[in-house]
Amino acid sequence: MSDWDVEKIRKDFPVLSQTVNGKPLVYLDNAASSQVPQSVIDRTSKYLAEEHSNIHRGVHYLSQHATTAYEAAREKVKRFINAPDVNCCIFVRGTTEGINLVAHSYGKGFIGEGDEILVSQLEHHSNIIPWQVTAEERGAKLRMIPINDRGEIMIEEYDKLLNERTKIVAVSHVSNSLGTVNPIKEMIATAHKLGVPVCVDAAQSVPHFPVDVQDLDADFYVFSGHKMFGPTGSGVMYGKREWLDKMPPYQTGGSQIRTVSFEKTTYAPLPAKFEAGTPAIAAGIGLGAAIDYLNSIDFAAAAAHEHDLLEYATARLADIPGIKITGTAAEKASVLSFTIENVHPHDIGTILDQQGIAVRAGHHCAQPVMQFFDVPATARASFAFYNTREEVDKLADAVQKVIEVFA
Amino acid sequence: MSELNDLYQETILEHNKNPRNFREIEGADKQAVGNNPLCGDALRVFVRMDGDTVDDVAFKGSGCAISKASASMMTQTLKGKTREEAEAMFHEFQDMVTGKLDVETDENHLGKLKIFSGVLEFPARVKCASLSWHTLNAALSGEDEVSTE
Ligand SMILES: Cc1ncc(COP(=O)(O)O)c(C=O)c1O
Repeated sequence: MSDWDVEKIRKDFPVLSQTVNGKPLVYLDNAASSQVPQSVIDRTSKYLAEEHSNIHRGVHYLSQHATTAYEAAREKVKRFINAPDVNCCIFVRGTTEGINLVAHSYGKGFIGEGDEILVSQLEHHSNIIPWQVTAEERGAKLRMIPINDRGEIMIEEYDKLLNERTKIVAVSHVSNSLGTVNPIKEMIATAHKLGVPVCVDAAQSVPHFPVDVQDLDADFYVFSGHKMFGPTGSGVMYGKREWLDKMPPYQTGGSQIRTVSFEKTTYAPLPAKFEAGTPAIAAGIGLGAAIDYLNSIDFAAAAAHEHDLLEYATARLADIPGIKITGTAAEKASVLSFTIENVHPHDIGTILDQQGIAVRAGHHCAQPVMQFFDVPATARASFAFYNTREEVDKLADAVQKVIEVFA
Repeated sequence: MSELNDLYQETILEHNKNPRNFREIEGADKQAVGNNPLCGDALRVFVRMDGDTVDDVAFKGSGCAISKASASMMTQTLKGKTREEAEAMFHEFQDMVTGKLDVETDENHLGKLKIFSGVLEFPARVKCASLSWHTLNAALSGEDEVSTE
């Protein structure tokens, strides 16, 4: 990976230089939350130190300043995902809140008795439960798009499940538990033939490759700032105007109204209609800074580096007897889920942690996926562009040690 | 690795590999399921009482080495104990793994179970060690389900 200077990039992330349990930190839990570059920390601190005020309300200097910074971040989001309209980029607290917003508001506006909602078997709980709740409330039916043994969505089954009662499809761009990259562009095109919109859980895609929501033709595209090198509490729900205009608000209150009387309230135009209350201003501005950071690096080279790490790690672990890799899709990003024969993932996680290696051990909020593969949990290493081949070697050595402890 | 060795001691590894009383009890008069929602682990504890005495106790389920070894050693310890003694041990165990009881200086009846004091250094694993005890306690109190969250 000659065109990717990983050592230089690592210096941008202060967290990475520390030691954990006496060992240099090897951070392989990026799918849970990624680390934050100094530029994002600086931008957020500057806001708190010099610019903080409530937005969209004050006529005073600071309020105008904060509003300008916050709206500049929205503009960055628009360009980052190539949204057609900045006002269709709704700031939310994260993917979970974004999907709840869509499930609630779209559900209220467009889903009724006997309708169907399609959700894939790969989904994170936050792209299942809101739909379950909506289905229950609206008297609709939640139907599951099955996956195959490699952890790929079965497209033939998806095509069969889509029908005139289908009111929305909810699917992830990249699976957080297995790393499968789903063919969402094709899935969206198929759904659109029946006029069915698609809500994409993009929590795991935006940190790993460039995205163009217009090219994908996504109706809703939802992601979290904290998985793309930004702060927690930031996130985006992009939606097509044709839907957002017709959907009722999610939360209601301050900042999202046009006029209020006790008889009737009329709502503000987008994006304010979906942004009731004072938002996470510092987090939103930090997200803008994270996008600046991603624009400042060679994102394509970063993606290639990550892909190299994933392939290298897959080969290293596959070489160790007793290890089973869960999720072997042809198209994968960032995530390597594995189990060791007769060793529970929690024990793997603890022993790796003692070596300074952070991985996730558990069901990854995707219990249906675990049930499908008939495991209670897996250990998951997930990579970012600041990880190195040496770190993968440490992972492989530590995994070997786990096997020795439990031999 | 010294702390790690405190956690994964030989005894714990051995019980993980060969858990004792890892079976169901036909006609158990008390049983409960314990869930650890954090990891999706679940185990079921079966108890057969003879009057006020634990006549037999066993468990089934999936879990990590810590939770399995803890359940295994719990079943070994409890046979022949009265209900009151069993409940007292539950509280002592709970106090040990949450740092309220110092096994070296405070009076206790934990015996071999002291080995689990090592989880104190591993806050994320405390619930693994105490899952079987919570489940036992639920079974003795007539509840059928308990969760560590
Ligand atoms: C695929 C996927 N969807 C949704 C979420 C939920 O994101 P958040 O917790 O930031 O709301 C996550 C992260 O855990 C995820 O990986």
